[in-house]
Amino acid sequence: MMHHTSLLLQVASGQLPPTMGWFVIFAIIKMLVAFGIYLVCVAYTTFAERRIAAWIQDRHGPNRVGPQGIFQVLADGVKNFMKEETLPGGANKVMFILAPALAFIPSLVTWAVIPFASPLPVPGVGLIDMVVANLPIGFLFTLSISSLGVYGLTIAGWSSNNKYALLGGLRASAQMISYEISMGMSTVCVLLLAGNVGLNEIITQQASQGWNVMLLTMAFFIFAVSSLAETNRVPFDLPEAESELVAGYHAEYSSMKYSMFPIAEYANIITASSLMVTLFFGGWDIPFTSWDNLPPWTALKTVLTMGLYVGKVMFFVFTFIWLRWTLPRFRYDQLMSIGWKVLLPMALVYITVVASLTLGLDAAGVVRTGMGFKAAMLGMNLVFVGLVFWVLDRGRIVSPAFSRIQRAEIAHLRAVSERSDLSNQQGT
Amino acid sequence: MQVNQFHSLFYAFTFYFFGLVAIASAIAFVTRKSPVAAAVWLVLVMFSLAALYVMLDAQFIGAIQVLVYTGAIMVVFLFVIMLLNLGNPSELADARGKWGYLAALLIGLVMLAEVMALTRSNTIDRMIPPDLAAKAAAAAAAPLAGGVIGPIAAPLFNEYLLAFELTSVLLLAAIVGAVVLSKRRTNAR
Repeated sequence: MMHHTSLLLQVASGQLPPTMGWFVIFAIIKMLVAFGIYLVCVAYTTFAERRIAAWIQDRHGPNRVGPQGIFQVLADGVKNFMKEETLPGGANKVMFILAPALAFIPSLVTWAVIPFASPLPVPGVGLIDMVVANLPIGFLFTLSISSLGVYGLTIAGWSSNNKYALLGGLRASAQMISYEISMGMSTVCVLLLAGNVGLNEIITQQASQGWNVMLLTMAFFIFAVSSLAETNRVPFDLPEAESELVAGYHAEYSSMKYSMFPIAEYANIITASSLMVTLFFGGWDIPFTSWDNLPPWTALKTVLTMGLYVGKVMFFVFTFIWLRWTLPRFRYDQLMSIGWKVLLPMALVYITVVASLTLGLDAAGVVRTGMGFKAAMLGMNLVFVGLVFWVLDRGRIVSPAFSRIQRAEIAHLRAVSERSDLSNQQGT
Repeated sequence: MQVNQFHSLFYAFTFYFFGLVAIASAIAFVTRKSPVAAAVWLVLVMFSLAALYVMLDAQFIGAIQVLVYTGAIMVVFLFVIMLLNLGNPSELADARGKWGYLAALLIGLVMLAEVMALTRSNTIDRMIPPDLAAKAAAAAAAPLAGGVIGPIAAPLFNEYLLAFELTSVLLLAAIVGAVVLSKRRTNAR
């Protein structure tokens, strides 16, 4: 115990060995900078959502606070802090206050393991990994922590002592458990190609073999749909369906406690987008060149790769928002049958096909980094995408329903509608 | 050697922290009357156990502990408890009587005595077969192939493949059985 105490004194007085000291200092800097930027991005995603929604719906949106409304986020924050806090009668007070934090923390923690740039060389220190925590189980960590996000929603719904909130909480837990399975299954294919669960290794594999979205297109499709469901975004926002459940699990929340739920939602969107980028779009990898993936590492490489990473993530955040203002909501039974009867079997079949194909190609002596491997995977994906498109389309785009009606039938229907057209019967 | 000392200090602190959290939440879990509160305490127990697994370099087990127990099984527990709606916790009668508490205390004391006896004498070290201990030492010294899950995946899908596949069939049978039982009850009504 004695040497422990003296060591604590050394830590306090900064007499640590240099490597350990630098590690601690850079870990703290990375935490503060990365999470500071992350939280600002989350705040501005709410602003982006409102402006993009306005743009899609052909209206102005918030544009009064500051130039183009960029200080709207601050105004919203101040407003939320000033609002009255309410506690519904009969609510479980501890759980009611705990739930918003439980909803927000998992997405924040998940983001900590995602690498966002090539390593940065610092003179006298060495290479600094551009990731807050470089875990050897990186990818499994993201899966297991994101599976905790459901607690915030479920407990919020239950503790509010409100039937709509409870229904929203139950929907949230059922939906998130269901889609977690297909999400996990779709990423098995990524692990089959990478042969490792470290996120840095997955990025390295994509830099040498090409991005996974080309090699594993269907896995990306399943992962993207499941992430929409996991983040409770339209078309999967059943837990807060305002037309049926008032506001779902957060119906009883007010003030900043309410605000934590949208913040958690946008944090989840950014984390899900980063995961899609890392697993399927090469992470911070710059395509068509291996200049950025090889030492010597320079600060220029770090800046460029980080810029490209941010660009890719922003594209997916935009896609999330775009989908919300484009698609209607699913019915609850449709949501469940998509999860269990479409996505899960599809993911299982795809794992089998990818595993057999890679095994066959390896046995035939095809090099994984060569063109032959890429071409075989691409061909398999084209077949799969064609099949899935044909099934999901069901004659809506390729052969629309009206093209299957006889011409005589159409003429008959036109005649009927002309005879009964009220606009032609003026004065009667 | 200061680095190692710093590590051991940090390690000891984290171990006692998560150990105490696990024990305290386990006690809270069995003493809470509200089922939902008990379930949330159990989640905390499992989370601290996962942290302890990671500290023992069993990172895969730690991740799976959180993923399966905390993220899936406990969510389903919570789901069922909320659907059952057992009523106000203060009105729930405690089924365990005085004798139940006494028996639990007695068994707990016996377990504690056993654990203390085992750790004080080096019985555990003597119980491990020497060839297994040598294997473990060799594995610990060798660099890890395939990251942290390679050493688990390789024996699981080579030496123990049959047992692994049989277990999955068993789980499938359990799922099918549950579906069949629930369907039969609905038809009878």
